[in-house]
Amino acid sequence: MKAALLVLADGTIFEGEAVGAWPPGGVVTGEAVFNTVLSGYQEVLTDPSYAGQIITFTYPHIGNYGVNPADSEARRPACRGVVVRDLSSRPSNWRSTGTLEDWLVRHGLSGISGVDTRRLTRQLRDAGAMPAAFGPVEGEGATDEAAIVAAARGAAGTEGTDLVAEVTTPEAYRVGDGPRRVVAYDFGVKASMLAQLGRIATVEVVPAATPAEAVLERAPDGVFLSNGPGDPAAVGYASTAIAGLLGRVPIFGICLGHQLMATALGGRTYKLPFGHHGGNHPVRRVRDDQVEITSQNHNYAVAERSVEGATVTHVNLNDGVIEGFACGDLPAFSVQYHPEAGPGPHDARYLFKEFSDLMDRYSSKARA
Amino acid sequence: MPRRDDLSTILVIGSGPIVIGQACEFDYSGTQACRVLGSEGYRVILANSNPATIMTDPEFAYRTYVEPLTVEVLEAIIERERPDAILPTLGGQTALNLAIALSDAGVLDRFGVEMIGADAEAIATAETRDRFKEAMTEIGLVVPESGFAYALDEAVDIAERIGYPIIVRPSYILGGAGTGIATDRASFEAIAAVGLDASPVSEILVERSIAGWKEFELEVMRDRADNCVVICSIENLDPMGVHTGDSITVAPAQTLTDVEYQQMRDAAFACMRRIGVETGGSNVQFAVNPATGEQVIIEMNPRVSRSSALASKATGFPIAKIAARLAVGYTLDEITNDITGATPASFEPVIDYVVTKIPRWAFEKFPGVPDVLGTRMQSVGEVMAIGRTFPESLQKGLRSLELGRAGLNADAGEAAYEGLDDAELVRRCATPTPERPWQLEAALRRGIGVERLATVTGIDPWFLDQMERIVEGRHAVEAVGGPTAMTRAGWRRAKRLGFADAQLAYLWGIGEADVRDARLAAGVQATMKTVDTCAAEFEAHTPYHYSTYEDTDEVRPGTRPKVIILGSGPNRIGQGVEFDYCCVQASFALREAGYETVMVNCNPETVSTDYDTSDRLYFEPVGFEDVSNVIDVESANGDVAGIVVSLGGQTPLKLAGLLPPELILGTSPDAIDLAEDRERWNALCARLGIPQPPGGTAASVTEALAVAARVGYPALVRPSYVLGGRAMEIVYGDEDLRRAMAEMAGEGSLGREGGLSAERPVLVDRFLEDATEVDVDAVRDRTGETVIGAVMEHVEEAGVHSGDSACVIPPPTLAAEVVAVIEGHTRAIADALGVRGPLNVQFAVQYGEDGPRVYVIEANPRASRTVPFVSKATGVPLARVGARVIAGATLEELRAEGLLQPPAGGGQVAVKEAVMPFDRFPAADTLLGPEMRSTGEVMGVDTTFGWAFAKSQAAAGGALPGSGTVFLTLADKDKHAGVDLARRFVQLGFSLAATAGTAAYLEEAGLSVATRVAKVGEGGETRDSAEGSVNSVELIGAGKVGLVINTPAGRGPRADGAQIRRAANRHKVPCLTTIAAARAAAAGIADRATHRLAVRSLQEYHEAAQLALGD
Repeated sequence: MKAALLVLADGTIFEGEAVGAWPPGGVVTGEAVFNTVLSGYQEVLTDPSYAGQIITFTYPHIGNYGVNPADSEARRPACRGVVVRDLSSRPSNWRSTGTLEDWLVRHGLSGISGVDTRRLTRQLRDAGAMPAAFGPVEGEGATDEAAIVAAARGAAGTEGTDLVAEVTTPEAYRVGDGPRRVVAYDFGVKASMLAQLGRIATVEVVPAATPAEAVLERAPDGVFLSNGPGDPAAVGYASTAIAGLLGRVPIFGICLGHQLMATALGGRTYKLPFGHHGGNHPVRRVRDDQVEITSQNHNYAVAERSVEGATVTHVNLNDGVIEGFACGDLPAFSVQYHPEAGPGPHDARYLFKEFSDLMDRYSSKARA
Repeated sequence: MPRRDDLSTILVIGSGPIVIGQACEFDYSGTQACRVLGSEGYRVILANSNPATIMTDPEFAYRTYVEPLTVEVLEAIIERERPDAILPTLGGQTALNLAIALSDAGVLDRFGVEMIGADAEAIATAETRDRFKEAMTEIGLVVPESGFAYALDEAVDIAERIGYPIIVRPSYILGGAGTGIATDRASFEAIAAVGLDASPVSEILVERSIAGWKEFELEVMRDRADNCVVICSIENLDPMGVHTGDSITVAPAQTLTDVEYQQMRDAAFACMRRIGVETGGSNVQFAVNPATGEQVIIEMNPRVSRSSALASKATGFPIAKIAARLAVGYTLDEITNDITGATPASFEPVIDYVVTKIPRWAFEKFPGVPDVLGTRMQSVGEVMAIGRTFPESLQKGLRSLELGRAGLNADAGEAAYEGLDDAELVRRCATPTPERPWQLEAALRRGIGVERLATVTGIDPWFLDQMERIVEGRHAVEAVGGPTAMTRAGWRRAKRLGFADAQLAYLWGIGEADVRDARLAAGVQATMKTVDTCAAEFEAHTPYHYSTYEDTDEVRPGTRPKVIILGSGPNRIGQGVEFDYCCVQASFALREAGYETVMVNCNPETVSTDYDTSDRLYFEPVGFEDVSNVIDVESANGDVAGIVVSLGGQTPLKLAGLLPPELILGTSPDAIDLAEDRERWNALCARLGIPQPPGGTAASVTEALAVAARVGYPALVRPSYVLGGRAMEIVYGDEDLRRAMAEMAGEGSLGREGGLSAERPVLVDRFLEDATEVDVDAVRDRTGETVIGAVMEHVEEAGVHSGDSACVIPPPTLAAEVVAVIEGHTRAIADALGVRGPLNVQFAVQYGEDGPRVYVIEANPRASRTVPFVSKATGVPLARVGARVIAGATLEELRAEGLLQPPAGGGQVAVKEAVMPFDRFPAADTLLGPEMRSTGEVMGVDTTFGWAFAKSQAAAGGALPGSGTVFLTLADKDKHAGVDLARRFVQLGFSLAATAGTAAYLEEAGLSVATRVAKVGEGGETRDSAEGSVNSVELIGAGKVGLVINTPAGRGPRADGAQIRRAANRHKVPCLTTIAAARAAAAGIADRATHRLAVRSLQEYHEAAQLALGD
């Protein structure tokens, strides 16, 4: 075990040990965020929405059940690094095919273990998500404290950066075998989203920069806007495309897709202090006051009353953040949270059914 | 949906006495429920027979009925109070069964009482196994293949169809009584027969055994709007096959992927919805095949359970409190999470630490009962420990158990495994026993791999690998060799693995204090983190802390002077909820008096470990190192006025001499020693002129024999510094004494706890035969004033442990002069010891030719087991008074405040009866003796002794018969007294059955014995027709006896008596083993025949008393 240090942009230092891949150049930088899930680390680590971020797990034992080929949300992790209190050396689960540590090495992902992650979490909670850097300070190629501090201070945040470009598919591809036809914008789409969509439709996944016309040419029954990393304000081209689709085809957006639909309608987004990252967020469904426990992963949110004509359909019970809206007369709706789970509760999976119902209604209306 | 305004009076049913499988977790849930409903403005009526509970303190309900939990009594309460609703889901299986019985009997309909929290239909679906199975199959959940049987032949047919191994589960039982796994037809028939007997409806489930599968539990809640949340997931370290109450369990689940976890979550909600639990908490148990991931649902409890108490403590989410709110109409999103104060209760707690629960057993109390764990719960208590990692929480948990172990070995106790060869060690690991964690460590340390141990134990390799990390940590510590060579990183690594200073001291062969000093000098100290339901995502406002070794501490500075109250640790026989009652009362009283109260305890079942009982809660082992950490951090954050060590039983008292003396509040450690140290105590009694039974101390067999020769037999032998009469025995001769000494010094558990030495000698006293035992609870203040709480007379004579004896307030047979002498002695002892706080003194009154003579047996300058009983019986809040006095108040001041009022003399008689766990240990002899074996207590209160005693028996589960046959089998010394007794029963309309000798004696005295009963031969089957037509065991088994009176003579004819008692136990026939108890029973039966059942609340008794005094 090689000693390592994690440093936040505000200069706070945490001790730990280097795990996973040896960082190229000795230091990893990114925006530090925390996630509170108790299970589902493999899904979290492979969620493309974490591009540019260093993920801190608040649950201390990570790696307990190893890794398996089925539970990844993308082929490779997009996050920058991982911070844990304890990395399990011997995983145990009937589906496990290897240790998390080996998996980190194989994917070139660096981590730091042994950190007082609760102190780190409290710091991020109180001061907000912020850039950070970590790296080994012991062993060959190790750097020193000063270098890591400097890297942390110099690290960029996510604001204004187009991280979608890093994770979107370079080419269109097709998944699923459901009866409808859906075009899905890949802003960093998670596999479990496509799995859910694939049950209701045959899905053509297209790059983030695909213009509206190119989508409409495919004559889909509906368009899906995926999750994705970073600041929605930095993905103006997607907003423009969505504006060109609204009202012409049923649309369902999730997470970044939800934010982009808001900006396409002229709404504003803002950055939350430390975001929502976990699997236990209570959301009220406005139409019947039912509470859904939801999976969430976002740092930005849609500003209240900024989207004209929109009806708020879902509200976060913890902090009142808008968690979903419908677009008045337009056949479009979106949610901030993750009904596809992966990881997290299944309470909101009904939204995929609502999307298919919307497509069916719309197409029968169109025929009529 | 807001609070229901159509309800105004709600009846809450408690869980009755503490028994195995149903402990003080229901005091915790019931107390929460009463508080919540009271604060919502409802008129709360509480029924609970257990006086030791906090919930039965009069302030928690509008009316508190300490009455037997039977249909008849509940009907009387309902008729009197006319509640609108009954809430049965917070009082364990007892409350649930009682509610169903009330519903079936038409009582609820007759009085228009609505069942809230769960309805009869839902309870029946969850609790009736075939309906449960059908319901689960209907919603697509997999249940192990099974069938129901109501008779043995039917059971065998099903078993043969399914194939072995088979698990047998009786219906409507708690804690798995009568459950077992059979591997072949012969063992199946034996287990099935016991199971049929154990089930109140003679119904057993015969099921495919999935022993060895991984076991999980989810604690779920649902509200009226159908919002469902999981509060906590729990993974059992022990696989299926060990009852979950006897398993080491860990929260959260460790080895499930999210995919599997979410599948389980969906299934739990589906189950709860199908069963129809409309509001409240439920517990759903699953088994997972470790090789394939196949999930099956095992059972669900449609109520708050032992696991929900654990889940509440583990997460900070108060399930019972929320369940009570949901039952009166609120929805989860309408309730605020207390801990954050900002977010709603409609969320799923996440934690950033690991919680380990470890059961504590009492096999040492039941000689002949094998300490093998199985599907029937046998543990009597549990501890919970919080650490940032599993190794840390496991080691903290093991030292919390107070078994003299410092953690996972690395202490003197590990020597027990050194002599075993590898094969033997592995063989032992393969059998689940209380020793298993330590055996596993010993095996891992020898290099017996995780793989092999996982195979033989069924324990998930993840847990074993974590234990192996502890082994590696130990090797690293050993390699360093001593504290001076330890680096800061090295210290931190060891402490983060949960190693106690005592373990490091053992490994290095130095003192614990040296380790602590060196560690602190290296800058490595415990940091306190917070339990906050949300893994720090939101700011916590509730100071519920645990220690770990991290960078920063979260304790906030205090403003008021702080009093640290040390709790009583895990429940065990001899130290149970009574001490938690005292600690909680102390916290309430001292908070009211302006102190900031700080609780330290590790028992998740208790009210003391509820985060809002005290100003701060440290969920920590109650040991020297952990308490010192709390003192350090609290001192750094304000003014510590002192530590209360005398309310939590022996656990904190043992620390009194180790902690800074200037911080010990109340009676000084020296006075505690004065009462404990035999020589000093004898000198004190001599000086005061208070007679003691002659006796002495002995550190060896020779010394013991010498003492016995001087004082004569019978003699009472007992180790010093123990509670609950551990290993206490009456011996009748040298041989007997030698054997008893050998047991104490030798291999018994007591030997492991340190054995005998000059510091831990054995006390040998002349045993006072046929003496009346008396207990006194008193409080003395710093001005020297002593108030007597109560003088209690025991029903059973001296020789039966006071904790196992029924006792009565006011004393029914003691003359006023005798009571005056006893009170005088009590005051003199209190003065001589310089007591400042509670004091308990035990006396024996022997009636000789020159009249009664009062001997003092022992004095304990601490709160006793009887404090809550005294409070309930007299209305004097003795624990609160004691706590205030400990903190410096005078009795005069407390009188002025109104806290202390004269004891009630409202004409009521209160009888406390002990509740024994013999139904769990069919092999144990039920004979009462000097070693305490009861797990709980009940109180019967009424205006006559007879009725109070009858109620106490009914409450303890042994309702006295009204007519039928009384079967007497008496020791020679009791035969004379037996004549009057038998005559009394004949007058009451009973017919007599007796064994030959007893029958002859009774007939000689002119009584007619209808049935002569043969003795059971050695083998239990021979019958001598000359002696009688039927043998005793058969007679009892045939249901022909309503009451057994069996008094044994010394260690004499044990075999026969023991078989009679066992038979009575098995067939649930009340069995009394002393003449005194039998007399009391006759009085009870007589009163019951002449006066109607009447119920009255404590508030009324106490009020009447105050009015009477005021007149």
